[in-house]
Amino acid sequence: MTLRKPCTIKDVHTGWCQGCGHGIVVRCIAEAAEQLGVSDRIVAVMDVACGAFIESTVTYNYLGAAHGRPIIAAAGVKRVLKDDVVIAHAGDGSAYAIGIESTIHAALRNENILALVVNNCVFGMTGGQMSPTSIIGQRTTSSPSGRSAVRDGSPFDVVKTLRHFDIAYLSRGSVDSPQEVERTQSMIKKALQKQLDKEGFCLVEVLSPCPTNWGTTPLNSLKKLREEIKPLFPVGEYIDKGGQPV
Amino acid sequence: MAKVLMKGNEALAESAMRAGCRFFSGYPITPQSEILEYMSWRMPEYNGECIQTESEVAGINMLFGAAAAGARALTTSSGPGFSLKQEGISYLAADDIPAVIVDVMRIGSGLGDVFQGQGDYWQLTRGGGHGDYRTVVFAPAGVQENADIAYAAFDVAEKYRHPVIIASDAAIGQMAEAVELPERKEHDIGTGGWELKSRKNGEEQRHIVNVYYHMGADRYPTFLLDKYRRMTAEQQRWECLRTADAEIILVAYGISSRVCKQAVKDGRAEGLKLGLIRPITLWPFPSRAFEKSGPQVKGFLSVEMNILGQMTDDIILATGGRYPVKYYGEFANVPDAGVCVERAEAFLREIRGKI
Ligand code: SF4
Repeated sequence: MTLRKPCTIKDVHTGWCQGCGHGIVVRCIAEAAEQLGVSDRIVAVMDVACGAFIESTVTYNYLGAAHGRPIIAAAGVKRVLKDDVVIAHAGDGSAYAIGIESTIHAALRNENILALVVNNCVFGMTGGQMSPTSIIGQRTTSSPSGRSAVRDGSPFDVVKTLRHFDIAYLSRGSVDSPQEVERTQSMIKKALQKQLDKEGFCLVEVLSPCPTNWGTTPLNSLKKLREEIKPLFPVGEYIDKGGQPV
Repeated sequence: MAKVLMKGNEALAESAMRAGCRFFSGYPITPQSEILEYMSWRMPEYNGECIQTESEVAGINMLFGAAAAGARALTTSSGPGFSLKQEGISYLAADDIPAVIVDVMRIGSGLGDVFQGQGDYWQLTRGGGHGDYRTVVFAPAGVQENADIAYAAFDVAEKYRHPVIIASDAAIGQMAEAVELPERKEHDIGTGGWELKSRKNGEEQRHIVNVYYHMGADRYPTFLLDKYRRMTAEQQRWECLRTADAEIILVAYGISSRVCKQAVKDGRAEGLKLGLIRPITLWPFPSRAFEKSGPQVKGFLSVEMNILGQMTDDIILATGGRYPVKYYGEFANVPDAGVCVERAEAFLREIRGKI
């Protein structure tokens, strides 16, 4: 077996830190689209910050939305470009803090898009502040003594929130092992297929390491992801409507 | 085409769709909710998309996506909701995305009140959101002009690839007048050569982001200055009434200008030489209308529906500070023609007394 670069990935250096999970997620999207034969139908809507480094990495067309607005902007794009495959690319700060209103309401309206949320439990680009998914005790630059449930609230879990929504698909993957990467890729593929079948809103969250702002090495960050984060945010498929076109 | 009786808000909505607008996102707020309501039943008949969003922030950002994809897109609000849209308007301006946004003005800051007002002038003409931008701002004075401007605004937005704002007010939005609606036309999306779409084999990659990222700090300032220079030169619109021999020129836009037309008539019947300059664009401010002011002009009286006299700065700038400028501001009420005449008379006496 030979590993091959998917056609929508550019052969360039990326802007991400060593050990960052973002690049793996982008590769998963590219492979999923290629397997479905829709690489030339992708339109992406990006957030700002680390996720936006995708911009120099991919060959498909994209729109740069304001922070927290890729999901709602992608819904606007899809309402116009109905035959394109529209992916909103957000982080946990974007989708669950500043943009939570639109995450919920895009789900309520069952907008026919894929919301891909890379969850690394921290605001990466701005230097590692606490995000809605930072875990209890997690030390960040804005929670130096660790996140406290009393002071900061409990970590946000998208599965608990959207679980009973009438949407096409809700799942959580991870990138901490080749098996998990493969599973994440198949989740994204499934979600894209659902968009093609006009089933409606799909949200795939991907747990991803941020060694830089977790203050650890790439290898250790994978261990931390596996041992401390995954138990709190279990991976799996939570909603799979199966063929109810909108 | 025969005239029909329509509310200002509805005429604007219908006319926008006839101009090819096929995307609308809105949120209820008085006094503009009729636009959302009208769109909600009428847009499907045009095979377009009308979405009641969860907030004005969502409305403008959803429009951001639709407009980036090339649709003629409209969102409307008033006062508090218009403030929430500023984030998206700044992004539209920064990314060179054409779209039309309507502010049906109400009065006051904060919640203010639902009555007609013109207190958003500074916000409208100075950019409103963060950063280094302005937008073309049209100020219709009645239902017919609401329709005409809504029809033309998309062309202006696309010409410059820039957001365009229409600033009406509660009076214009709510009143019904006879209106001749324009012909329906279709807008072919994706013909501008820049719009967001999926990339097919052999095509150049398109990324719609801040124009500055494409151009870099070297080329961007020249590009931006040129864009604003062109808009300033080409988009000034106004109407003059009896200014040739006027001693006091009233300056008013929107519903206030209609009262001023009456005031000019009434004043002249009493021997007071009044004229009117009615800005149809608030930005670019129609400075050219003021250039021809002769030596017989003694002063300019701005008539506005706000307390602070927001337009007076622009009149002083447009006249190079060569004339006295005062204002008559009403709050919650439409200005009164009789008061306009009284104020103009007193203003003239004051100026003569000083000479
Ligand atoms: S700061 Fe974190 S999320 Fe950002 S590129 Fe570095 S590792 Fe990735």
